[in-house]
Amino acid sequence: MKLSKRPMITLAVVALLNLFVAVIAPNDETVIKIATDEDFFKLADIPVAVSLVAWICASVSLAAALAGVLLHFVAKRRLPGVLTALGFLAFAFTSVVYLYNGNDLTLTSLLQGSLALSVPLIFGSMAGVLSERVGVVNIAIEGQLLFGAFTSAMIASMTHNLWAGLVGALVGGALVAWILAVFSIRYKVDQIITGVVVNMLVAGLTNFLFGTLMGSDPVTFNQPPRFEKVTLPLLGQIPVIGQVLFNQTPIIYIMYLALIVVFVALFKTRWGLRVRAVGEYPKAADTVGINVFRTRYVSVVLGGALAGLGGSFFTLGQVGSFGQNITHGAGYIALAALIFGRWNPLLAASAALLFGFSQNLQYGLAIIGSPLPSEFLLMLPYALTVIAVAGLVGKVTGPAAAGKPYTKE
Amino acid sequence: MKLELRGITKRFGALVANDNVNLVAEPGQIHCLLGENGAGKSTLMNVLYGLYQADGGEILIDGKAVKFSGPGDAMAAGIGMVHQHFMLIPVFSVAENVILGHEPTKALGFIDIAEARRRVKEISDRFGFDVDPDAILGELPVGVQQRVEIIKALISDAQVLVFDEPTAVLTPQETDELMAIMKQLRDAGKAIVFITHKLREVKEVADKITVIRLGKVVGEAKPTSTQEELASMMVGRAVDLDVNKAPAKPAGVKFGVKNLTVFNHLGQKVVDDISFDIAAGEILVFAGVQGNGQTELTEAILGLQTKVRGSIELDGHELVGQSVKHRLDYGLGFVPEDRTLDGLVADFSIAENLMLDRSDRKPFAKGILLQLGYLAKFAAEKVKQFDIRTQGINQRAGSLSGGNQQKVVLARELARELRLLVASQPTRGLDVGSIEFVHEQIVATRDKGLPVMIVATELDEATQLGDRIAVMYRGKIVGIVPADTDRAKLGQMMAGVAA
Amino acid sequence: MSTVTETKNKMNWQQLVRGNALIPVLAVLTSLIVGGILIALSSQDVLDAAPNIFSDPATFFSSLGNSIFGAYDALFRGSVFNYQADDVFKMFKPITETLAFATPITLTGLALAISFRSGLFNIGGTSQIIFGAIFAGWVGIYVDLPFYIHLPLAIIAGVIGGALVGGLVGLLKATTGANEVIVTIMFNYIAGLLLTFFLKTFMKAPNTVNPISPAVHDSAKYPLLFGVNTRLTVGFFLMIAAVVFVWWLMNRSSVGFKFRALGHNPRAARVAGINMGLTYVAVMAVSGALAGLAGTTQILGTEQHLTVGVSASFGIDAITVALLGRSNPWGVLAAGILFGGLRAGAATMQAEQGVPVDIVLVVQSMIVLFIAAPPLVRAMFRLGKEAKNEAF
Repeated sequence: MKLSKRPMITLAVVALLNLFVAVIAPNDETVIKIATDEDFFKLADIPVAVSLVAWICASVSLAAALAGVLLHFVAKRRLPGVLTALGFLAFAFTSVVYLYNGNDLTLTSLLQGSLALSVPLIFGSMAGVLSERVGVVNIAIEGQLLFGAFTSAMIASMTHNLWAGLVGALVGGALVAWILAVFSIRYKVDQIITGVVVNMLVAGLTNFLFGTLMGSDPVTFNQPPRFEKVTLPLLGQIPVIGQVLFNQTPIIYIMYLALIVVFVALFKTRWGLRVRAVGEYPKAADTVGINVFRTRYVSVVLGGALAGLGGSFFTLGQVGSFGQNITHGAGYIALAALIFGRWNPLLAASAALLFGFSQNLQYGLAIIGSPLPSEFLLMLPYALTVIAVAGLVGKVTGPAAAGKPYTKE
Repeated sequence: MKLELRGITKRFGALVANDNVNLVAEPGQIHCLLGENGAGKSTLMNVLYGLYQADGGEILIDGKAVKFSGPGDAMAAGIGMVHQHFMLIPVFSVAENVILGHEPTKALGFIDIAEARRRVKEISDRFGFDVDPDAILGELPVGVQQRVEIIKALISDAQVLVFDEPTAVLTPQETDELMAIMKQLRDAGKAIVFITHKLREVKEVADKITVIRLGKVVGEAKPTSTQEELASMMVGRAVDLDVNKAPAKPAGVKFGVKNLTVFNHLGQKVVDDISFDIAAGEILVFAGVQGNGQTELTEAILGLQTKVRGSIELDGHELVGQSVKHRLDYGLGFVPEDRTLDGLVADFSIAENLMLDRSDRKPFAKGILLQLGYLAKFAAEKVKQFDIRTQGINQRAGSLSGGNQQKVVLARELARELRLLVASQPTRGLDVGSIEFVHEQIVATRDKGLPVMIVATELDEATQLGDRIAVMYRGKIVGIVPADTDRAKLGQMMAGVAA
Repeated sequence: MSTVTETKNKMNWQQLVRGNALIPVLAVLTSLIVGGILIALSSQDVLDAAPNIFSDPATFFSSLGNSIFGAYDALFRGSVFNYQADDVFKMFKPITETLAFATPITLTGLALAISFRSGLFNIGGTSQIIFGAIFAGWVGIYVDLPFYIHLPLAIIAGVIGGALVGGLVGLLKATTGANEVIVTIMFNYIAGLLLTFFLKTFMKAPNTVNPISPAVHDSAKYPLLFGVNTRLTVGFFLMIAAVVFVWWLMNRSSVGFKFRALGHNPRAARVAGINMGLTYVAVMAVSGALAGLAGTTQILGTEQHLTVGVSASFGIDAITVALLGRSNPWGVLAAGILFGGLRAGAATMQAEQGVPVDIVLVVQSMIVLFIAAPPLVRAMFRLGKEAKNEAF
């Protein structure tokens, strides 16, 4: 096996960027605020010198890069993911502290907001994982999120019941995924075409119904209740982490659960083995008696249901009503997270968190009037994905049979 | 367990792939199903394995009629298949591949991987397969992958084992090992069906031989029959296995390859420091088992391989570092190994395929304007000259028979002013008539005083067509010998034993 | 003699039914019917009458008929011919509106059709329109020249802008193997964000807080064909010329021959000496150039100011247009005019009948789904199986 130089080079570039920030960093202080009222014990605010932080982080990432170079040339081993993560994290922290220079950085709200923005992306990327791992390319994540958002709002509004709304989200997302499945599995239409067109169909349909049904009688159709935050006992009182992770709406708790279940089911169970087999080599699965079509339908539709839940986070978890095109391209960012996370649900969720963080950082910076144009932070997911598929950070390959309709002989 | 196929008929549209075929497989017996490519062997086995539904006839197990609506049914009935193209997933481990479809599980559908490992180990030990259950399949040698495929069949306690052209991808040693395994399985009381078109292998292991031609059983043969007898049954007439050609008149080196090394995308050496020359008016055949670097060698000569070290000289002109286009223009004729994938654009017409290499220059184009009138004239001429059986020059190339497709490729490649012809397995999968035609064209090219390089996997073709034979093994040339070298010797060379 | 012609006629009819010719027609028809049902179901009159369907079926069905007829009547009057208008000019204005919409849609459809036929799935029409508009807009706004130089220069700039973005996708694919579908999707968003950034900074109009550019100079505008109250410009003829050009390029030139060879079988193309990398770049550059041209008809024609919405939904519409037109330039033209008509008519439909314009999206996407799955349409109309004409 030839060792790829790219991870090492990437790490070195990140370290140099970090060094650059350290050199230009001013001597201002950024105050990092950590404590909130609900905490178990209070942590004091920490004023930090921007340049000091930058230099410390730069040393860390330089050390990581050096270790990477040594590993590559001396030990001739692949770089462990931890090393790459360390380099990136150090750089990310430097950048945040630098961008906030002279201002208060409220860590909890920054992270809380990031998580909130990541929720639909994580659900969406799970939908992508389930669909693409079984061999169906899912460009229709956006449509699944959007329809989930729509049906959840409508059902919850009509029944005045949030849980019925969640069921509506599941069904809505699953329905869109089912259309994708029928056309790409049964009629063998190109999966990308189907995905794009299904997104268009859902956008048109929800906009249309928003204008007619919801527009004419919003009280009945578009005034759902909204989920309240539930603080988990004990866990919720850990400083920072508790507030960010365990003082959230039930949808987010469902997401934690779903993430674990999807990961375990995919890699540890019989069902998961069969799903992955169908996505890699459907004929081989067929010859051992696995029903390729049914496996594909089930996995794609389950994924759609999850994406539907992600859509409900917009309506039932945040806004409290449906709006035109409320998902705003989140499905495509989820697709980006899926690719950046190499079709692994946990890695994809990490990528989704990164993307959510960069989006939220942009809001924070806009408030303190940072000179960094917000568009560039918003661009991050898309740019990173292009970099990933261009193979600049190691080779990214999806399931072998993704995109190819299966024809039984 | 005794398996019987009775009167199996399978049609695809107008084509009758299997016509009233009978076959019996009994325990403790190796039953060879012998036939040319396209004779209907694989169709029959797909019917047996439940992948196709027969249009007529029945399958009996121990005298009772059964119906298979899918491979699952066939497996449950005790039929195991070792596929020609392994039904294995490269990114899975050996154990995962073997248990797929009947996974041992714990509560909640969790896979019991320890149990899976144990089962693989057990069968592997029983038959001396030496397979590591935790190895990633894609990283194993082909011979070992095939053993995984066999374990997969055995694990569900198959009593009838079908081997579909299992030696196509194996080295002679691996083939010998496979033959031993088949005998071992037979002695363990399994019924073996061995599908092949290789006479030598049939002679070695068969207890019983059924010959199939054009979808029909033409008869049974005894293992004691000679190869010539088997061959004539297989192709339907007394086969003239010889190629008509005058002795070569080599005249000075025209084409020389020196210290050529080719790396694949993983950085592995697939062609390892080889050197050879071909004289004008000489055919050099590269023999050897598929996958020993022959394909990459021809691709390096054409310029498809990019990581290349060494020198390729044609008429004193260095080709390494030049584009494919430059090499073709300089006078390289190239007949690729897989004509449907690499030789033709199936959706293009015959005429369009004939100008694929020169579409942007005179006489096919003026500037960027295509000269469709000239093309029509040119194509009509070639169709006549190469006896391409077609409804017209605008017929889709993909709808032609294999032989006619190959004629289109040859017509195109031989239409340029050539200095060298390279043809990779030029007769693969062709009918006898087309094989003769292709051989004639190749010999005629040689007799025009060109150096010709052929890659052949069939030893017979190599010895008859070649003036000299080069044998490749694991990327190296084991030796270059005269064409009349003893077969046993060539066989040894194909296994890597130096001449 | 007569029997021969008879069989021939029969054959043609058979081909029409069993082959592909009838499918697009049925697909469009079915989608319009489904659209009609949606319109009816969301009409307040119909919903009010629905509970009394058994006691007063007449009211129900008349309101049903009224809502559907009303909507499609408005669609017709808004897109083809307004028979209710009070003067001849206004009567024919709708068709000019249809053709005005059809111009950028068809151009982008042609762009994607070229890429589809060359085996590349360019769904980056949006990004290429945006860059075409940015480049053309820059020349049109900040350069001052006489008309006969200014307009051509601005158009060329737009074409180059689109070609650069498209070509970059081709370059990435050729050098790194990056999947063009993913790259173009991501480029669409990146282009949109870059445009926003430009409009907030150096292309921002003075005296406004909105992200909008100054107006294009008159000397860089496409001349209007029918005067001030219409939107159809000379760009329309450019579009027709582009249709002919694409037909010629793909069917009569050696460049197009290579594109098609790459599309049908890249491996065989490579063995025959066609430089794949270069061809990828060329395909995407030509494709991007046409989308860039669509961008110029927006910025130098109908829009005149650069805004975030300059590409409208044409990048996505074009996918459906290319598919409906089967990537054949004449088919794309027909599909482009059809969808242009739907866009134009939908505006009238919304204004007069309160039917949201988004119904067009629904109809459009259904048409494509039906076309992509002929067995579904055949099953719906019980047409029987497509004749198999492939030999074994």
